[in-house]
Amino acid sequence: MKPAVIVFPASNCDRDAAAALEQATGKAPLMVWHGEASLPDTDFIILPGGFSYGDYLRSGAMAAKSPIMRAVIDKANAGTPVIGICNGFQTLCEAGLLPGALLRNSGLNFVCRSVTLRVENTSSIFTGGYEKGAFVDFPVAHHDGNYFADDETLNRLDGDERIAFRYVDNPNGSARDIAGILNEAGNVLGMMPHPERVISPLLGGVDGAAFFKSVVEAAA
Amino acid sequence: MKAKITITLKNGVLDPQGKAIEGALAGLGFAGASDVRQGKVIELKLEESDEAAARAKAEEMCKKLLANPVMENYQIEILA
Repeated sequence: MKPAVIVFPASNCDRDAAAALEQATGKAPLMVWHGEASLPDTDFIILPGGFSYGDYLRSGAMAAKSPIMRAVIDKANAGTPVIGICNGFQTLCEAGLLPGALLRNSGLNFVCRSVTLRVENTSSIFTGGYEKGAFVDFPVAHHDGNYFADDETLNRLDGDERIAFRYVDNPNGSARDIAGILNEAGNVLGMMPHPERVISPLLGGVDGAAFFKSVVEAAA
Repeated sequence: MKAKITITLKNGVLDPQGKAIEGALAGLGFAGASDVRQGKVIELKLEESDEAAARAKAEEMCKKLLANPVMENYQIEILA
């Protein structure tokens, strides 16, 4: 497996994502700068959390138009697994790889704490390692995590079982308690919570370690 | 030419910032202010000297970057 982490200006979870991937795969992933026009040989891509381009204009808006994203979009459309975490989720929505958008949190506050998620879909390559209805604790740390889409889109996500995770106690006003969604083909996952921040007891939790292990095993 | 682009949240899209502003206005004693919505204005210069061409370019900019059609509307004014 040859995972890659895309690094944008002001990404701040790129190294956490790299550490999680290294723990799961046994080797360090490729780190790819956003200004590159093409991807190295990779079969698994993570768009990390952070505040790319200072969240200017809209969260993820500039990152979605950066040179590397054309290559990421091509790869995603060809079936390569792509995970966008937090700012990465916002970027995937802005890039059109996932439907909807992430609005300002309904309570206006930046929310930074651990949240419990219910695993809703257990058939995707990202969540296949979970039992249906399993609970995981991942931290969130965001200001714009309020998932929004029109009713038709939400109904489609629900009906096609493309909601990967839901919040048990919604921290940001997200429609239908959505914490993470899949694209139609099932190879792109966007999620606001940070599994890469809980990969060791030293970091306060290990639910993320299991997440990355099951993801890389399924995608290998 | 100059373009002034006004971007607003679509109807029905929750605007917590607008709500907070509304609350602050009420706190200052401005009674009766309601439905506060916050948007943004982007001004830019365009090299086009023809208004239709300038508008077409601004429109393309809105579609590709400046506005997100999932949640926002935009309005373009071309100023001579």
